[in-house]
Amino acid sequence: MIKRLTQLLVGACVLALFSGCAERKTIDYSAYKQSRPKSILILPPLNNSPDVKATYSMLSQTTYPLAEAGYYVMPVALVDETFRQNGLTTPADIHQLPTTKLHEIFGADAGLYVTVSDYGTRYMVLSSATIVTASAKLVDLKTGTTLWTGSATASSQENQQNQGGIIGMLISAAVNQIISSVQDDAGYPIAGMTSARLLTPYADGGILYGPRSPKYGTD
Amino acid sequence: MTITLPALRSCAGLVLGGLLLAGCSGPKTLYQWESYQPQVYNYLKGDAKEEQVIALERDLEKIKAKNGAVPPGYHAQLGLLYSSLGKDDQMIQQLRTEKALFPESAAYMDFLMSNASKGARQ
Repeated sequence: MIKRLTQLLVGACVLALFSGCAERKTIDYSAYKQSRPKSILILPPLNNSPDVKATYSMLSQTTYPLAEAGYYVMPVALVDETFRQNGLTTPADIHQLPTTKLHEIFGADAGLYVTVSDYGTRYMVLSSATIVTASAKLVDLKTGTTLWTGSATASSQENQQNQGGIIGMLISAAVNQIISSVQDDAGYPIAGMTSARLLTPYADGGILYGPRSPKYGTD
Repeated sequence: MTITLPALRSCAGLVLGGLLLAGCSGPKTLYQWESYQPQVYNYLKGDAKEEQVIALERDLEKIKAKNGAVPPGYHAQLGLLYSSLGKDDQMIQQLRTEKALFPESAAYMDFLMSNASKGARQ
């Protein structure tokens, strides 16, 4: 009886191992690991949605996951102000700047280039959904090398009960801290969910932990 | 290969205990955020800066009271607000605090402070 149970257990373990293998994607982290960025400059996001609020909404939501991942994040409003004082007011122009120039002024190791492709509320027959979708690229500012790319989407229709683990915790925290203070923009809390999903480290596809995280170097 | 019943039992106990502990420790955040991000959004939208200063100063007291860690950018944001209200001494103080807490910000904070002193001399 015991022996049979053991065999069953071993079988289950082997199955679990295989299922782990099947989902594994091959992501090349070698440039990222070699670059070891400590600080990140978030550039004002490009906005491909019709809602003009998207750029600043997303920009103000991006510090949280990156800082919690263990990176120093350049103060986003000050950075935006520095660009403005130098005559750079559109994300498209800012995204074109030479990375070495950005490194020289801000001293950041890496730059995060975000593009918002969807931001707003869709009204359907029985309900409405607010959806925010964004993609991001992490670039070494000294060399211009792309270290990581990713994309994520979030919707007001999601059942948050299903969110487990650290990402779920970050998402609900992001939503809770915001809901009371900003009510005139339905996309804002959803942008927080999108950025948490996009920029919280996870195995095989997510960003890596930064030096200020206790988990630095474990991924 | 045989495994005794007590061994299996203690094994199950360990797994259960581990699960319980994992539940207890829970994920904790590195920083105490309070209203930093919504206040940054208010700034970017062009809302009244006096209210943002009040909120950030109040939240800073909350963070200190709980002995929490101030998020990156928080002091720099306060500095930016002081600067736009003409309180340049307080701005410099905040930028210095940001630099002391986060040496990664040193190059940018120095750049901002040298710009401010150039502005003051003109």
